[in-house]
Amino acid sequence: MQLELRGITKRFGSLTANDHISLTVEPGQIHSLLGENGAGKSTLMNVLFGLLSPDEGEIVIDGVVTPIHDSGEAVRRGIGMVHQHFMLVPVFTVTENVVLGFEPTKSLDRVDYKRATQEIRELSQRFRLEVDPEATVENLPVGIQQRVEIIKALSHDAELLILDEPTAVLTPQEIDALMEIMRSLAAAGKSILFITHKLKEVKEIADVITVIRLGKVVGTAEPSMSEGELASMMVGRSVNLTVEKSAYTPGENVLEIRDLVVLDDRGLVAVDGVSLDVKEGEVLAVAGVQGNGQTEFVEAIVGMRHVESGTITLRGVDITNLSPREALDAGLGHIPEDRQRDGLVLSMSVADNLVLNTPRRAPFARRGTRNFAAVNENATRLVHDFDIRTSSIFAPASSLSGGNQQKVIVARELSRPLEFLVASQPTRGLDVGSIEYVHRQIVEYRNRGNGALIVSSELDEVYALGDRIAVMYEGKISGIVDPSISRESIGLLMAGSSMAAAGV
Amino acid sequence: MSDAAISKAAPEEAPVDVPPRPALYKSLWSRYTSTSPIVVAAYALFLGLVFGAIIIIVTTPAVLDAWREIFRHWDGLPHAINVSFDNVGAAYRAIFTGSIIDPQGFWHSLTTGKNWPNTLTPLSETLTYATPLLIVSIGVGIAFQTGLFNIGANGQAVIGGIAGTAIGSMIRLPTVIHLPMALVGGILGGMFCGLVPGLLKAYTGAHEVIVTLMFNYVTYAFLLYAVLSTPFQQPGQQNDIGRTLYSSAILAPLFGTKSGLRVSYGVFVAAAVVVFAWWLLDRSSLGFDFRVTGANPSAARASGISAKSVIVLVFLISGGLAGLAGFVQVASTTHYIDGGFLIGNAGIGFTAITVALLGRNRPVGIVWASLLFAALSVGGRNMQAATGIPLDLATVIQSAVVLFVATPILVKEIFHLKGTGQAATLQIATTGWGT
Repeated sequence: MQLELRGITKRFGSLTANDHISLTVEPGQIHSLLGENGAGKSTLMNVLFGLLSPDEGEIVIDGVVTPIHDSGEAVRRGIGMVHQHFMLVPVFTVTENVVLGFEPTKSLDRVDYKRATQEIRELSQRFRLEVDPEATVENLPVGIQQRVEIIKALSHDAELLILDEPTAVLTPQEIDALMEIMRSLAAAGKSILFITHKLKEVKEIADVITVIRLGKVVGTAEPSMSEGELASMMVGRSVNLTVEKSAYTPGENVLEIRDLVVLDDRGLVAVDGVSLDVKEGEVLAVAGVQGNGQTEFVEAIVGMRHVESGTITLRGVDITNLSPREALDAGLGHIPEDRQRDGLVLSMSVADNLVLNTPRRAPFARRGTRNFAAVNENATRLVHDFDIRTSSIFAPASSLSGGNQQKVIVARELSRPLEFLVASQPTRGLDVGSIEYVHRQIVEYRNRGNGALIVSSELDEVYALGDRIAVMYEGKISGIVDPSISRESIGLLMAGSSMAAAGV
Repeated sequence: MSDAAISKAAPEEAPVDVPPRPALYKSLWSRYTSTSPIVVAAYALFLGLVFGAIIIIVTTPAVLDAWREIFRHWDGLPHAINVSFDNVGAAYRAIFTGSIIDPQGFWHSLTTGKNWPNTLTPLSETLTYATPLLIVSIGVGIAFQTGLFNIGANGQAVIGGIAGTAIGSMIRLPTVIHLPMALVGGILGGMFCGLVPGLLKAYTGAHEVIVTLMFNYVTYAFLLYAVLSTPFQQPGQQNDIGRTLYSSAILAPLFGTKSGLRVSYGVFVAAAVVVFAWWLLDRSSLGFDFRVTGANPSAARASGISAKSVIVLVFLISGGLAGLAGFVQVASTTHYIDGGFLIGNAGIGFTAITVALLGRNRPVGIVWASLLFAALSVGGRNMQAATGIPLDLATVIQSAVVLFVATPILVKEIFHLKGTGQAATLQIATTGWGT
C-alpha cells in the first residue's frame, strides 16, 4: 500500500501539534518517524488511524484521497496499529485474542476456533513470527505478546502497519527478532511506519527517515547519517550523546547490600538474595528486562518495601527496613521509576514539588509554618540551575513536559544533602535532549565523588552511566560486569544466561 | 555543550506566544464566561433558583390552575405567566426577607432609628444557623482535601455536643474557665469519635466511609441513652431531655439577651476555626502533608509522609471540629440537648458534606457556602410561613445548587463557558470511595 499524507495540520487551541506534515510511505518500505516526545508523532498517528480528524490536509491511499473518520475505517482501509501498550486479554489464548471482535463462526453461531487457529498458524509461518496460537497470552514473554498484536493487525489484512515505540519494552534479543520480523513483513510488500526516538534502531532498520520537530517535518534523513546528526536534526541543536565522565577512581564502599530478599505485592520472592556494593565515585548500573525484581529492589533500599532478610548498610550504618522518612533523612536520594505516581504531585505547583520531601526542613518551614519566601526562592534558583522549562514556579507540575517533570525530581533530589543516589529508569520516556541533561547531572554527581545506583532497562543508558554493570534476572544478580563487554553478552545475561554462557 | 547555549535554545523549544492585550470589555467578558470556581458557583446558584422556580410553578395549585385555563382559552396565557411570576417572586422574596433583611423594615429602622432588633433578626438567624454548620463543614473539607470521606461528622458533632454540655451543665465554674473547658470538651468528644474510624482505617484498612457512617448510629443510640439516664438527664424530667447549661458555659448573644437576637459569640469561634483551617491548609507543613496525601498517596509515601499518622491526625482534626460545632450548636441556641439533637433536617454533619463540596473544601469558600445554605434554610422557614410553599423547597434549591456545582461541565455547556478548568477539588473529594 502506498500511503501519502499531504499537509496534515492539527491544532489544539493555540497549539499546532501537526503543522502541514507531508510524507509518503511506499509499499514494502520501512518508514521511520523520528522525533522527540511532544514533537507530534502520536497526534499524527491518531489522525492517520482515525482517532483525531485533521484541521487541514488529506490522507491519500494508493493515489486516492481517503478521509478516515474512525479506527474501524482505518482497519478496513488496511491500516493496522500496534500500540505501545498492548491491548490483549491476558487470560485468553493467542487465537482468542486475535479473533476478538471478528470471530469467524460456523453453524449455530459457534466460534470456529479451528479455522482461526489455522489462519494464525499460516500467518505466523509466512512472516516467521513463531507464535503458538494455543498459548495463553499471560504466559508469553513481552516480545511474543507484541507479535500477537502484529498478527492481530495482519489478520485484518493490514497493508500498512504502524508500530508505536515498539522496542520500549523489549530485551536486545527481542529487539533483534522484531527487526527481523519487520524486514520479512516489508519483503512481503507490507508498508511499515515505525515510530521511535531511538536513533540506533532507526539507523538499523529504516529505509527512509522522516524527522519531525515541534509538529513540523524538519527533513528526511538517510539511515547512513550518524547518530549525532540524526539527534541534532531531531532536537534542533547539537547533542552530546556520550556523557563525559572523569576517570573512574572508586573509593570506599558507600552502599553495601548483603543477601537481600524482598517480596512483591503478591507475596512472591521478587529479589532473591542480592548482594552488591557501590563505591564512592562510582555509578553502578543495574541492567535487566523490566519485571525482574528491579522495582522491588529499589523500593526496598529507599524504605518503601519491607525487607524479608538480608541487610542494607549506608556508610556502615544499617538502613535495613527504615521508613521512607528515615531513609530520606539518612541521605538517600531517590528518583522513582514512575515519576507521576511516586515523584510528583501533578496538581501542585513546581515550587511545592521541589520541596515535596523536605517541607519541614529549614529554611522551608519554621515551627510548623511554611516559609514561602524560602520555598519560592529555592524554586526560582532550581528552575534556573536545572533549566526547568516552566511558565512559572507556581504552575502546576502537570503543565510541564515529561522531561521537565523529571528535571523537577532530579533538581529536588540533587539539591538536598545526599549520601547516596538511587535512580530508577531515570530517563524513561524522555527525549534525547532531556536524557542528555539528566545523564549529565548524574555523572556530575558521581564525579564529585559520590556513589549512585541506577536501575535501567535501556542498554544505552546502562552503558552511558555505569562504571560497573550488574545484570538482574528473576530477582538474582546474574553477573556484575565491566562496561567494556559487548551488548550481546549483556543481552544474554538479561535473558538469564550464566556468566560463562554469556561469554564473560 | 555549555549551559548558556542550552538556555539560548529555550525559546525555540518552547515557543511562548504573548497574546496582544485584549480590550477591557473583552477581558471583562472573558472573566464572566470563564470557568473560575466562583463563576461556576454563581451560575450554579442561578440554575438552582431557576430549578426551584420550576418546582414552584408545577406544584402550587393556584399557578397550575392558571395554566390549566389556557387550555380553555389561550387568552389566559399572560395571566398564567403573571401568576407564575407572582408566586415564584413571592417565594423568593420571602426567602430573602426571611434570611437577610426586609428592605422596608430596614428603611424604617434607618429613618426612625427604631425596631432594629426586628430588622436584624433574619440576619441574626442566618448567622446563628451558619456558625456550627461552618465549623463542621471545615472539618469535613479538611478531610476531603486529604482524600478522606468523613461521613460521620454528624455523630462526632453529637458526641461533642454531649461532652461539652456535660461539662457545661454538670459542674460549676467561673465563665473564664467554664466556657473554654466546655468548648475543649466538645472538641475532645468529637476527636474521640473521629479517632476510632481513623485508627481503624490507618491500621486495618477498614473503609472510613463505612465505619464513620455506621458510627453515626452508635452515637444516636448513645445520645438517647445519655438524655434518658441519670447523671445527664434533666433533673425531674422523665422525657429525653438533657441538663441545661449553666450560664457560665453558654455562648452569650452578641447584643445581649434583651435584644432578642440569637447571634452569639459563637461567630468568633467560627472565625477562629476559619483562620486555623486557612493556616493549616495553606501555611503549615502538616497541611502540606495532608494535601500531598490527598492529591497523590503514592508520592506522599515516597516523600516520607506516613499515611497512618496523616489519617489519624485528619480524623482527629475533622472530628474535633465536628465536636466543637456540636457544642457551639447547643451553647448558642437551646442550651440543652434532647433526643432529637442534630437528627433529620437538623443534621448539620450531613449538610456539611455538601457545603464543603460547594465551598470546594477551601476555608473561605466554605464560609460563603455555609452562609448560603443557612440563608436558604432560614429563609425557607419564612417562605413556608408567608406563602405556604413547603420548607422542603429550600432543600431542593440547595441540592440543585450542589448538583450544578458538582457538574461544572454541565454548567459550562449551559452557559457556553470557555476553558477546560476541571473541578480538581471535587475529584479529590471523591477519591475517598476509591481508596
